Amino acid sequence: MAVTVKFFANLRESLGISATTVDYVQGMKISDVWNAATKEREMPTGLLTAVNMDYEKNDIPVSDNDEVAFFPMVSGG
Amino acid sequence: MRIELRSQAFHPWSELEGHERRMSLSGRCGAAAIFVGTMRDFNEGENVQGMFLEHYPGMTETQLQQICESAAERWTLLDTLVLHRVGEISVGDAIVLVCVRAAHRGDAFDACRAIMEELKHHAPFWKKETLVATERWVEKNTSGYAVKKS
Repeated sequence: MAVTVKFFANLRESLGISATTVDYVQGMKISDVWNAATKEREMPTGLLTAVNMDYEKNDIPVSDNDEVAFFPMVSGG
Repeated sequence: MRIELRSQAFHPWSELEGHERRMSLSGRCGAAAIFVGTMRDFNEGENVQGMFLEHYPGMTETQLQQICESAAERWTLLDTLVLHRVGEISVGDAIVLVCVRAAHRGDAFDACRAIMEELKHHAPFWKKETLVATERWVEKNTSGYAVKKS
């Protein structure tokens, strides 16, 4: 029962981790995943989040085996 | 519809020629709108010497696919090609190529523009620029809409 967590770009650098796993707890939301993965560091403003590679808002619940990603504003093209 | 991420430099015009040979749109295609984005040697008042383009493997391709499918639902298109670089990029390299083919120019122009703007805002890529003495992450894209001269 776990959730995979990924971080990208300057967020990955500032946290010093690119990926980790956290224990899945029934009812946990994306914000709970952030707190578990970062030891409750303050979430930067403007951070984008994705669950299983689709954009989602922080207050939605996650499921066991989900992949949750946190990253800053994108800048491709 | 063809979407590819490239870790090596590509020549956009050669890619277009090769892609066109593989398609069989002759007679049906009345318009092709093409956007090529290349790496500048300046940004926000600084000289830029190089760049690394990070991406989220899997999500990037999924988002690009969704962007192109959305455009195909909104406009009447014959074909869409998107190539995008990842990894180490040199000044002058092509970063992105978008080519939209349609029977009519309105569909081709508008869809090409929309795909680029959606890509800029939703495809998970991040640019890290190498400056003369340091590196920095690009925190936002420039506006896609030019300021008209008065």
